Amino acid sequence: MDQRTVELLSGGEMVARALEDEGVEFIFGYPGGAVLHIYDALFKSNGTPHVLVRHEQAATHAADGYARATGKPGVVLVTSGPGATNAVTGIATAYMDSIPMVVFSGQVATHLIGEDAFQETDMVGISRPIVKHSFMVRHASELPTTIKKAFTLATTGRPGPVVIDIPKDITRPDEKFEYSYPESVRMRSYAPSQKGHSGQTRKAAKLLLSAKRPMIYSGGGVILGEGSDELIALARHLNYPVTNTLMGLGAFPGTDRQFLGMLGMHGFYEANMAMHNADVILAVGARFDDRVTNTVSKFCPGARIIHIDIDPASISKTVSAHIPIVGPVKAVLTDLLEQVKSTQSKAEETLPDAGALARWWSQIEEWRSNHGLLTGRRYGESDYIMPQDVIRSLYRATDGDAYVTSDVGQHQMFAAQYYPFDKPRRWINSGGLGTMGFGLPAAMGVKLAFPEAEVACVTGEGSIQMNIQELSTCRQYNTPVKIVNLRNNYLGMVKQWQDMQYEGRYAMSTYEDSLPDFMKLVEAYGHVGITVRDKNDLDAAMDEAFALRDRLVFLDVYVDPMEHVYPMHVAPNGSMKDMWLSKSERS
Amino acid sequence: MRRIIAILMENEPGALSRVVGLFSQRGYNIETLNVAPTDDPTLSRLTLTTIGDDRHMEQITKHLNRLVDVVKLVDLTEGAHIERDMMLIKVRAAGADRDELKRTTDIFRGQIVDVAPSSYTIQLAGTTEKLDAFVAAVGDAQILEVVRSGVAGIARGEKVLRP
Ligand SMILES: Cc1cc2nc3c(=O)[nH]c(=O)nc-3n(C[C@H](O)[C@H](O)[C@H](O)COP(=O)(O)OP(=O)(O)OC[C@H]3O[C@@H](n4cnc5c(N)ncnc54)[C@H](O)[C@@H]3O)c2cc1C
Ligand SMILES: Cc1ncc(C[n+]2csc(CCOP(=O)(O)OP(=O)(O)O)c2C)c(N)n1
Ligand SMILES: [Mg+2]
Repeated sequence: MDQRTVELLSGGEMVARALEDEGVEFIFGYPGGAVLHIYDALFKSNGTPHVLVRHEQAATHAADGYARATGKPGVVLVTSGPGATNAVTGIATAYMDSIPMVVFSGQVATHLIGEDAFQETDMVGISRPIVKHSFMVRHASELPTTIKKAFTLATTGRPGPVVIDIPKDITRPDEKFEYSYPESVRMRSYAPSQKGHSGQTRKAAKLLLSAKRPMIYSGGGVILGEGSDELIALARHLNYPVTNTLMGLGAFPGTDRQFLGMLGMHGFYEANMAMHNADVILAVGARFDDRVTNTVSKFCPGARIIHIDIDPASISKTVSAHIPIVGPVKAVLTDLLEQVKSTQSKAEETLPDAGALARWWSQIEEWRSNHGLLTGRRYGESDYIMPQDVIRSLYRATDGDAYVTSDVGQHQMFAAQYYPFDKPRRWINSGGLGTMGFGLPAAMGVKLAFPEAEVACVTGEGSIQMNIQELSTCRQYNTPVKIVNLRNNYLGMVKQWQDMQYEGRYAMSTYEDSLPDFMKLVEAYGHVGITVRDKNDLDAAMDEAFALRDRLVFLDVYVDPMEHVYPMHVAPNGSMKDMWLSKSERS
Repeated sequence: MRRIIAILMENEPGALSRVVGLFSQRGYNIETLNVAPTDDPTLSRLTLTTIGDDRHMEQITKHLNRLVDVVKLVDLTEGAHIERDMMLIKVRAAGADRDELKRTTDIFRGQIVDVAPSSYTIQLAGTTEKLDAFVAAVGDAQILEVVRSGVAGIARGEKVLRP
């Protein structure tokens, strides 16, 4: 406990003060009856800035985007009932990608709970499967400790969202209690691993050095655990190839020679081939998702697997690890590099086998030069603008250094493939839940955190309409993000599956003539719209959008509606190496 | 395979529903569930039995351990252990049946804890199989009502489950 003099505060004031004491930069929220005492306390304290969104889902995504870009927890405040249920999709999105977030939801007064009171929902119950933990506050005096616990849980170990449900009477202004915000809290049942097991790490170092065809498969955990420098150091020291999951992009520099691109369903040919043929795989902060492994029983048949993860539940969940190491990436990778060096210095022969590694690299280079997405043009031409070219244009206009958020669909995959990220936390997308509507509010959260940085939202005409109302929030808080709409006039990813598996029956994946005039729409919200139909105008339009530094620009780029995302894993029953490389060519 | 999992958890509202939720979410059935505070009133001890293969049980124990309310847990079926289920059973007992029921109860080392003109209430503790055997011995025709506590379990020897 700290030494500040004890003050008397109401529950509402405690929430406001605790957020200041916690160093929170923004609250994303929306008021309503059950949280009005808290809002009044926020108003009076004039402390932490509050961003009024236009839909509670957007509050959670904006807080989430802020968290992904900064590494700090996102904070959300919503009212009971519909406010809380509207937040659910965003909480689940954060949960699936292990994003630190604290959500304050109002609740009806304690004496009304269970009576089907006005705007009552059991938020703790509804959110139970999609939170790391949740609290129902029973007395105002519990607030400081509960809030500290929530922030501790959200940000340590495997991060995740935490819900604090606060009945209205707890925040009433006329009842004051002692307030002091704890420096730290202890929970006897919560002790995330701080360090890997050294014996396991030593074994891992030996196995790594014995590899003839090694692969490093790293995921979102390296970004969440700030382990990028350590990953780079290890990979450079060994000269081993690296692939990243969709969530891990940027943890290893995308333009580095040792980087083979993303792996998985829409991963790079060379990354998937190298995984399939590897004899030793070092998996770090990655969870062997089904979008990565393809058929699990056929996954990397010859590989022995070292798996580093802070969450024991991620290890051997789908694919068994030969050497599991439970611990935080940063510490474990540091130890691992030490162990690798000491094993090398003690060994009689040179490790790893230089000849084998050279042969492995030349095999990889062959794969890369035959089918690599960035070593040649792997997509066709048409009268339309190709969606891949739009991402390339965005890359050029932003010197590859923008924060790029995305929605969900083909445009998301094109962005992941054609915008190589050199730094962690630059690529911000919903991977685990795949939430359409994530991109714009997330971009808003990023831009608020980094007002000077370029922030682009790559989206589709389907996804953007799921949270288009946030154009109004962008106006109010002056967040001039650039929206790049890859307009194919279809729910493109759905259409792609219908082309490939349903003989082109486009069941409900088109909008007929119902799409809005996006130019008028964004202008109505006070922003700038630019339409691009001709490929010769693409670069100029992109530059114009970024030249308008202080304006939100909506770039509506008409792209080839028939284009598919490739590579694409053959499913069902395919392995990592089984891919469609185009509409007619298979690996 | 049948498993007996013993869990020490915070004696807090919501803790039990988190534990139970992990099972229902995965479509696993909880066969029996027994929960009560321990000598430390801030902690509850929960014993549950379920059926699952090794892989699923490993996943579920990892997920249980991940719950912030769960302080410690052990799969008792992994070692030697003692398990007890407690049953209160009300049976029809009239005329000659009364003696017969008394004898059966004695054989199973149960006790008649309530006597009414045409019924007995019998208390019996033991393994699940023993209670099942008693129910079978008494026979459906005699049984009026059965209530069982669910298995409570503890490891044999010096092993203890404490925070
Ligand atoms: C349309 C669509 C297509 C997709 N296609 C692909 C695809 O082709 N390829 C692909 O890869 N994904 C794809 N995905 C994403 C996929 O669904 C998963 O979200 C993603 O693969 C999971 O990434 P990850 O394994 O890095 O795990 P994450 O979800 O990022 O999980 C992070 C892991 O790291 C651990 N961790 C967290 N912090 C630490 C720490 N400090 N130390 C150690 N470990 C830590 C966590 O416990 C967890 O196990 C697609 C998604 C969509 C919507
Ligand atoms: C909220 C939500 N609903 C449905 C889906 C299923 N889904 C995945 S991609 C997609 C189509 C997205 O269309 P669009 O935003 O236009 O992107 P495109 O694929 O055309 O680039 C749909 C419907 C989803 N991911 N999220
Ligand atoms: Mg589309």
